[in-house]
Amino acid sequence: MEIIGMGFVAFFMLLGSFLGRILGQFIGTGGDVGGVGLAMLFMVLTVNYLENKGKMFKPRTENGIKFLSALYIPIIVAMAARLNVIGAINGGLVAILAGGVATIGAMFLVPLLSKLKK
Amino acid sequence: MLTDAFNSFAGADHLIISIALVALIMFITKKISIMLGEERIASALAIITGLVLAFIGGKVTGGSSGLADISIFSGAGIGLLGGSMLRDYTIISTAYGVKLKNLKKAGPVGVISLLVGVIFSFIVGSGVAMALGYTDPAEVTTIGAGAVTFIVGPVTGTALGVSSEIIAISVAAGLVKSIMTMVITPFIADLVGLDNPTSAMVYGGLIGTTSGVAGGLAATAPELVPYGAMTATFYTGLGTLIVPSIGFLIIRSIML
Repeated sequence: MEIIGMGFVAFFMLLGSFLGRILGQFIGTGGDVGGVGLAMLFMVLTVNYLENKGKMFKPRTENGIKFLSALYIPIIVAMAARLNVIGAINGGLVAILAGGVATIGAMFLVPLLSKLKK
Repeated sequence: MLTDAFNSFAGADHLIISIALVALIMFITKKISIMLGEERIASALAIITGLVLAFIGGKVTGGSSGLADISIFSGAGIGLLGGSMLRDYTIISTAYGVKLKNLKKAGPVGVISLLVGVIFSFIVGSGVAMALGYTDPAEVTTIGAGAVTFIVGPVTGTALGVSSEIIAISVAAGLVKSIMTMVITPFIADLVGLDNPTSAMVYGGLIGTTSGVAGGLAATAPELVPYGAMTATFYTGLGTLIVPSIGFLIIRSIML
């Protein structure tokens, strides 16, 4: 059943969110800090553990998870549509510089790190 | 009578109206990208359209929540669909396709490039924010997170409780990275030796923005796409884990 796949993701999100909130209290910011990353980490570990054991999800369960994955870009579009873009226009330069310099810089690190393998 | 019917209609089903709107945006941007012969830019185009609509919403209403301030999208409309709850839920679901054996295949050099990639982008992004006069550690961290990817930015911003305006800047930074990666990869490929599986994995780990890496490599050497994607799929997860936690602690200790 598809809902089982959705519930599977929900379980890891709740687990991550809870641990993230503990971390948030610990750091002193409140809120859920790193919960998304923790949820993804635990989910990857669990799925890979189950697959190594030869336990695969049923196709319909898998469909529930894949449905959610397919929605991630549309939801980011909805998120973009509710942001305070007018307020952010003044920050356009910082966005272009931060994204641009990070990209070009990272590209020039490629040959350096590729050499590590040799 | 018609007006009453319309008002009553527009007052209900906000979530469904919003889903229909997003579907329409995705449909149109997909068509446009195919017409341009650049199908891989469809997602970036759709997100930009979202930002443009938020700009229009803000102009029309004078509010700070973009389209969510317009009554037919308000309440449980765009606010719910584009809220942090569904955003995090769908992002986490993408971890399902991540195979640990790919990380093993990529080996130490893959893991190192992932760590270096996230940390480098974060340092550059935060550095730019500080240089341009941002003084609040949470805001600097969020902008730095945006330079990691357009997902890590908003996830970090929500965790640290920054304003919607700063989150919008972080999304824009991530979009700049994604689009730039798609556009300049083919031109820079020879220069950085992007012609074998190892360098493609390093590239995926260093840049990390999945759509950008896949799009950029597809335009350069399609057979390298799986190698780049192999490491890039771990990037956002790693970013959402370490940036709002360790990243914020470091920025806060530097700035205080």
